[in-house]
Amino acid sequence: MNFTFSDDQLLFRDTVRDLLSNEVTAERIRQRWDSDSGVDSAALQAMVDLGLTAALVPEEQGGLGLSAVDFILIAEECGRAALPEPIVDSCLVATPMLVDADRALEGSNSRLRELLEAVASGEQTVLCGPSINPYINFAHSADYLLLPHGNEVHLVATDAVQLELQTSVDLSRRLSKVSWQPRSETCIARGEIGADLWRSTLNRGALANAAQLLGLSEAMVARSVKFATDREQFGRPIGVNQAVKHLLADCAVKAEFAKPAIYRAAYTVAVAPTRADWSVSHAKASAGDAARAASRNCTQVHGAMGYTWECDLHIWMKRAWTLDREWGDAGFHKNRIHEWLLQPKALLGPQYTFGRRHMGDAANPITAV
Amino acid sequence: MELIYTAAQAQFRTEVRDWLNANIPTSPLPSFDTEEGFAAHREWEKTLSEGDYGMVTWPQEYGGRACDLIEWLIFEEEYYRAGAPLRVNQNGIFLLGPTLMEYGTEAQKQRFISAMASGAEMWAQGWSEPGAGSDMAAIRCRADRDGDEFVINGQKIWSTRAVFADWVFCLLRTDPESSRHHGLSFILVSLDAPGVTVRPIPQLNGLPGFAEIFFDDVRVSDFNLIGEEGGGWAIAMATAGFERGLMLRSPARFQQASRRLVELYRQRQNDILDLSIEDSVVRCYMDAEAYALSTYQTASRLINNGAIGPESSCNKIFWSELDLRIHETAMSLLGAKAEIEPGSPDADQQLANWLDGFLFAQSGPIYAGTNEIQRNIIAERMLGMPRR
Repeated sequence: MNFTFSDDQLLFRDTVRDLLSNEVTAERIRQRWDSDSGVDSAALQAMVDLGLTAALVPEEQGGLGLSAVDFILIAEECGRAALPEPIVDSCLVATPMLVDADRALEGSNSRLRELLEAVASGEQTVLCGPSINPYINFAHSADYLLLPHGNEVHLVATDAVQLELQTSVDLSRRLSKVSWQPRSETCIARGEIGADLWRSTLNRGALANAAQLLGLSEAMVARSVKFATDREQFGRPIGVNQAVKHLLADCAVKAEFAKPAIYRAAYTVAVAPTRADWSVSHAKASAGDAARAASRNCTQVHGAMGYTWECDLHIWMKRAWTLDREWGDAGFHKNRIHEWLLQPKALLGPQYTFGRRHMGDAANPITAV
Repeated sequence: MELIYTAAQAQFRTEVRDWLNANIPTSPLPSFDTEEGFAAHREWEKTLSEGDYGMVTWPQEYGGRACDLIEWLIFEEEYYRAGAPLRVNQNGIFLLGPTLMEYGTEAQKQRFISAMASGAEMWAQGWSEPGAGSDMAAIRCRADRDGDEFVINGQKIWSTRAVFADWVFCLLRTDPESSRHHGLSFILVSLDAPGVTVRPIPQLNGLPGFAEIFFDDVRVSDFNLIGEEGGGWAIAMATAGFERGLMLRSPARFQQASRRLVELYRQRQNDILDLSIEDSVVRCYMDAEAYALSTYQTASRLINNGAIGPESSCNKIFWSELDLRIHETAMSLLGAKAEIEPGSPDADQQLANWLDGFLFAQSGPIYAGTNEIQRNIIAERMLGMPRR
């Protein structure tokens, strides 16, 4: 039992944090809003160079062979930076779906292998459009989309589908509704395999958003602490007032207890993504709660400035609003937990924090159901 | 990250479970805020100690098993799973014990720790005063040095379980010229010493869970001074750290309470309920789980030579508000029967447990530093907001 990150994992996190704080400033995010693509190519290339796109690709396909646990802190940093590019969606969600599909098909589809190599090197990008999300963020920038038809998984070239662009309240997001016709040659998995792929993907997507929501919450609180320290009224910083302190302390408590739920979910997704529903829903519901509280309280701390276009807070706040509802909103995830709590066979109580297994079992390391 | 127990940890769990199954009292003990209940709980502490389960994290020479914090969590999980009695000497074993380990001399450890672990000596806490509550640095109760003794005069209040306890650990002003957090000392006082008067204060449940303690020329050997004379504030802060940090309320307590809540909810899920109940039940279970996960995280970090950071000040707010929500939700599920006191014709053990827990939960956001004080600490020390 060891619930810590390794030095390597923390170092990777620090490197990404440094890069993002240099490359993804509020000013450059606003520049993206005025561009057609919404993408900052220089920032994107820097992330490819750091190995983010290769992270979850197996080493045989030119990747780094890392897991969701290795990437979860990176996703958190992407949230902290309010990164507009869909790096987390492609690296932590779509890429593992391709990897899982390749494994399920035992490497029989050479197209998947080639695509994974291209994904690892950053030459091509793939995004997912699960049925739970009516829109795909940055679909126009992807080369391929993974789309559902019942349980079937289709790998479709983006130029073979119709995209209807929608403007999001968060101008960093570029949403599209996708119209397409399933064809047998685009289908890469069906039946049980397809259902498992979509189930894992839903869990990875919700996990990815949970981690970003945590980063967004902490970033909003950090900005608000600075504002409350600098802004003076009645001859002293507004942050000396307990009413202001407590607004932000409440956000800190929520974020602090969303963290271990997110990290446990990352671990569960890494070892058994189809059996991670409970832990992922816990992570997503609590991270969403933390992010909603941070959005509201941080606006309040900023006063009238918090309601302006000029104040950068809304870059983070609007992302929090949108990621909270994507990949299943609070209602969806709490209902999954509710359903589970009502099952007679649910393992409840203090002895089941990590599921049924109390012993190491390398052959079947399912640790949470 | 490896969220699987080792074979040795699994074996330890089995040992604890077997021992508890064989040894826990067959029927619930009376409240430890009654004389009879206190004696019964003292007896249970003795039983635990004889099984070497009094304080599993302590070194073997003090009656412990030198368990690491993961094993401590496993022990606590099994303890609450089994429904074993609450720890009547928690002021001693969870607060003073760790303080003595860190700041006591070898002679002090020998004198006090084993007696604490065996339940032979029960401890109360003597920090608050009528004029020093949240503002603890306003302490006035004096301990004047007289040769190798201190002479104590003044008053302490809100001392939990002091009515039946044997000893109290106090924060006293040893330098009469000092003010605020300077000139305070951490001193252990026998409640049997001449000049000590303990006056019970009934709590919300009518039982004398609190006491006021009056000191009238009470003489104490300076052997009982912990750490430096005048250095008591730092020691008290460390003790408060144990209290608010990891050990005072183990997560298993809330996981067990939320498991019982889910069972209660299942019994009533087809009835007409308050519309917020579903959400409350889900949140209670999630939050109990989150507190457990967070504690595993902290335990793992400490085992890997990390430190408890300022974020641990979030713990007390989180578990105390969780405890309130669990019990408020249970009261709502129990409906009109929720108010029935034990001993009434319609009373039963389930009702008694929930009502008792509900009353006790009211105190959580107040004791060990009110949640308002905790929010100030989080804002200033964790987030770095300005003090003035």
